[in-house]
Amino acid sequence: MAEIALRRPPSPGAGSYWRPLPPCARYALRVNLVDAAAAAGSALPVATAACRASVQGDWAALWLGPDEQLLIGPEPAGAAFADAVASALQGVSHSVVDVSHRQGAIEITGPHAAALVNAGCPLDLDLAATPAGFCSRTVFAKAEIVLWRRGNEHFHLEIWRSFMPYLAAFLSEVERELPGQGGSRGA
Amino acid sequence: MSGPWRSASGGSSIDRSRPVRFEFDGRPYQGFAGDTLASALLANGVHLVGRSFKYHRPRGIMAAGPEDPNALVTVRRDAARYTPNLNAAQVELYEGLMAESQNRWPSLHFDVGRINDYLSRFLPSGFYYKTFMWPRKAWHGFYEPRIRAAAGLGRAPSEPDPDTYGQRFAHCEVLVIGAGPAGLTEALAAARTGVRVIVCDEQVPPPRTSPADSAGEWHDIRAQLAVMPNVTVLARTTAFGYMPHNMVALTERLTDHLSAPPKHVPRERLWQVRAREVVLATGAIERPLVFPGNDLPGVMLAGAARTYLGRYGVLPGARVAILTANDEAYRAAVELRAAGVEVVALADLRPQVMGRLPEAARQAGMTIRTGTTTVGTRGDQHVTALGLCAIGADGTVSGAVDWIGCDTVLMSGGFTPSVHLFSQSRGKLTWDASLQVFVPGAAAENCRCVGACAGEMGADSGGSWLGALPRPEGPATGKSFVDWQNDVTAADLDLAVREGFRSIEHIKRYTTTGMATDQGKTSNLNALAIAAQRLRRAIPEVGLTTFRMPYLPVGFGGLAGYARGELFAPVRKTPMYDWAAERGAVFEPVSLWQRARYFPQPGEDMHQAVARECCNVRRACGMFDASTLGKIEVVGPDAVEFMNRMYVNNWSTLAVGRCRYGILLRDDGFVYDDGVVARTAADRFHVTTTTGGAPRVLAMMEDYLQTEWPDLKVWLTSTTEQWAVIAVQGPKARAVIELLVEDVDLANAALPHMSVARGRVCGVPALVFRVSFTGELGYEINVPADYGADVWRAVWQAGQAHGICAYGTEAMHVLRAEKGYVIVGQDTDGTVTADDAGLSWAVGKSKPDFLGLASLRRAALVDPNRKQLVGLLTSDPNVVLEEGSQITATASLRPPMKVIGHVTSSYYSAVLGRSIALALVSAGRSRMGQTLYVPTRTGESSVTVTNPVSYDPKGERLNG
Repeated sequence: MAEIALRRPPSPGAGSYWRPLPPCARYALRVNLVDAAAAAGSALPVATAACRASVQGDWAALWLGPDEQLLIGPEPAGAAFADAVASALQGVSHSVVDVSHRQGAIEITGPHAAALVNAGCPLDLDLAATPAGFCSRTVFAKAEIVLWRRGNEHFHLEIWRSFMPYLAAFLSEVERELPGQGGSRGA
Repeated sequence: MSGPWRSASGGSSIDRSRPVRFEFDGRPYQGFAGDTLASALLANGVHLVGRSFKYHRPRGIMAAGPEDPNALVTVRRDAARYTPNLNAAQVELYEGLMAESQNRWPSLHFDVGRINDYLSRFLPSGFYYKTFMWPRKAWHGFYEPRIRAAAGLGRAPSEPDPDTYGQRFAHCEVLVIGAGPAGLTEALAAARTGVRVIVCDEQVPPPRTSPADSAGEWHDIRAQLAVMPNVTVLARTTAFGYMPHNMVALTERLTDHLSAPPKHVPRERLWQVRAREVVLATGAIERPLVFPGNDLPGVMLAGAARTYLGRYGVLPGARVAILTANDEAYRAAVELRAAGVEVVALADLRPQVMGRLPEAARQAGMTIRTGTTTVGTRGDQHVTALGLCAIGADGTVSGAVDWIGCDTVLMSGGFTPSVHLFSQSRGKLTWDASLQVFVPGAAAENCRCVGACAGEMGADSGGSWLGALPRPEGPATGKSFVDWQNDVTAADLDLAVREGFRSIEHIKRYTTTGMATDQGKTSNLNALAIAAQRLRRAIPEVGLTTFRMPYLPVGFGGLAGYARGELFAPVRKTPMYDWAAERGAVFEPVSLWQRARYFPQPGEDMHQAVARECCNVRRACGMFDASTLGKIEVVGPDAVEFMNRMYVNNWSTLAVGRCRYGILLRDDGFVYDDGVVARTAADRFHVTTTTGGAPRVLAMMEDYLQTEWPDLKVWLTSTTEQWAVIAVQGPKARAVIELLVEDVDLANAALPHMSVARGRVCGVPALVFRVSFTGELGYEINVPADYGADVWRAVWQAGQAHGICAYGTEAMHVLRAEKGYVIVGQDTDGTVTADDAGLSWAVGKSKPDFLGLASLRRAALVDPNRKQLVGLLTSDPNVVLEEGSQITATASLRPPMKVIGHVTSSYYSAVLGRSIALALVSAGRSRMGQTLYVPTRTGESSVTVTNPVSYDPKGERLNG
């Protein structure tokens, strides 16, 4: 019998203001939110406001479209969580697809976080346009990402695993321009 | 050091306590901190700075800003940092700066190319269209390369650019372009409302004086803006492109002015700014006058002379003659005289001059020659005299010429609003009859023009002249330049009209006026006026040509930004990449992916490695990284209906746990993509696509789902990167994996060819497919991608006892070609139907509809002579045909020959001991056994048409 396979996500290194996050569980949930609310009510951990994330306990739901949510949570509980979602949606047409390994995440923090993101992402990162809690599928240079603003100076970028080294190299290059390189990591 | 060409005091931009050494054409000079290269050269008495584009005429510094058409120089830091065609008036001086003149050989003062000037009557506009017509073939081989070598300005650097370039996206409520008085006023007003403001200006420090005398006031506004948190002030930043929806591109120059640029700072930063409102405060550009010899060094715009004196304390000459049609030039007269310069003549084209500024000149004791024109200048490499002549009451010029000895001629034809960016934004220009210029009219974007660029010229700026100056009857004694940078003269414009050009767009292209890098900043209006006069039409009737991006030249590095080297494009690697790289795999790019092409063992070339890998798979087994295949999870109660509409196949009959080869057409009926599709639940399909087709297939499916069939309850999710896919193929495949797989019965009966089961492999959840792209017993193990590397290693370990090898895409191609399996994009090219490819068996005949079905009934798509996929066997088994070769029905044809098909795939099959090929041949399936011919560069091969399947035609090996 062979050894149990271990999870080995891409390891793109880290910078002063960015670092990859540990592996976690992710599900792409597709369901008409109106149908879902009628069937499951508040039992379903989804975000109802457009382009906003909702965090409940260990799990976050990112609103990516009128019928699209990205659910992110801790890995060990992943399968049970997905089952719970599916049973809450019994009788409602929906799609739950495991995308835990499809993508990874990079976290960008500190006073230059917005500048780092805006080096490759065209979104308006003024807090009035993209407050904490904002999320959207968007682009970073030549890669597609999901951007989730967790705090004023705290961004969470979801990116498909094969694009992770590109994003990391890009952030390293931009970081060289920033003042205070090598200083402490931000909040 | 001051020298004869620095004023005793003054110069708001320079610091006289900080001398700066620099070189021009190898000679050492000295300037001051704050100088531009142009001001420092003038301060050293250097006026001749370049040779013109076509005639190689000596040229000097005409302006003090980005509009200067002449003073283009190369600035060199080292062999790699070598930038041609920089505007000397925009190059900030730094210690050790090395600049070179351009377009001269052997030297700036003695230039052989000047012969073009003396031969100019043989080099009129469009001469290269007229002169170099015969013999026709000589154009590409002889004339064009020589004309190109003779033309052009500067040289490209010979080394890769070692600098880095940054980029930023930014948003603001108000973007103010231009930090002169008008721009600063707008910026402050906007900033006080609390909104985000970005102010950019191409200079630094932003101009402290303009017509207004209250320099201190503008300085205060700049200081206020600098400390406001909602304001970003970008100096040395040129707005060069105005894109739709108020997207404006700015280029910020961060290190070009530094003697020793810090390593971590990018040379330039490209800003892409999205602004709610754009305020254009881009000012106006002084117009030169069009008269013979107006391009001699020493001939300068009057406003430029003021700038050089006021900002840099530079005296343009000792004896200045001024010719103007505008009151502003009188400021220059008064200020230069106050600085000790002798104003030897002060002439005005207008018959009467009465403004406040001319009055001030008269008060200062200067005499104004009104109603005066010029017949031209004298001088070889510098102006020595200006010939003035009175304009008669009837407008003719016939009197005696008064040659005024001088070393500088200042001219002013009035001011042209700088409407380049407004025009780029598709804003409409309107003709202002009183100002005699085009001013911004209706805007197409949320954009306002303020200050001089809106035609607000100030009370003292009256008077203008457009077009060529009046001169005596008879042939001209010299060239009257309209476009200095492209060497276009008034006579060239005359010629264009005489030769029948009527549209200003055609006149522009024929003469090339306004087409140089300066985009006609000083020339457009004069050229238009000359053309309009010759055409006997009013200027607004003739119209203006379009201003194009960029406003000023932008370096390639700045446009590329971060996208170079490893950041040029993402390089996608599978979880098993490192394993393959450690074993010396040779990779090939497939779309953005790097895929292992073959795994050479020591001493093997590609041919040997591929032959070994193929034989190993057929004899024992091989493993192949198929992770890059596109994967789409199709889920929902209408999943079957959706698949039936998208693909040609009938999915209603596919049982859960079974797979089918699917074919996707475009709506024109041609094959778009293919792949194995598994039904993993009643309402769930696991669809695979080609590696390169994954994004476009998903996009096309989403397009149909969202626009054509929004009623279907089905959702698509890309899972390409969710799964690592390990193909294990060959007679020993089952033996290799059976000890690793749990919860899946691998027996033929339980998991037959084209089926799928969920289970565990190496302890992790897996989808195990029984599929084959080799024709052998085969499995494809799908595990979540982060487990891929470990599972791959486990399969490799388990395979050692069975003689497993890793094989790459090249062996995969050969193995599938032996079986006649097509590769979409290689054996199809967007004009091949499923039937052409021999795949009509896959089409669900009973289905009422599917994407592309209607097109399949078109006459052309059922023509029996369509090209069909066949196999070709060469008569010489060692000849491997070249892919793409043409095929003929008869031997020894000479071109042009009738071609009946082409080779799509061709390899040497080590297993069969001969070459094999696939080809698309007209009515190919009716030609079985026929001999056809493949002409090649080295001779002709005869081939026999066969079935595409050349190995195990009955498919028995699939069952293991």
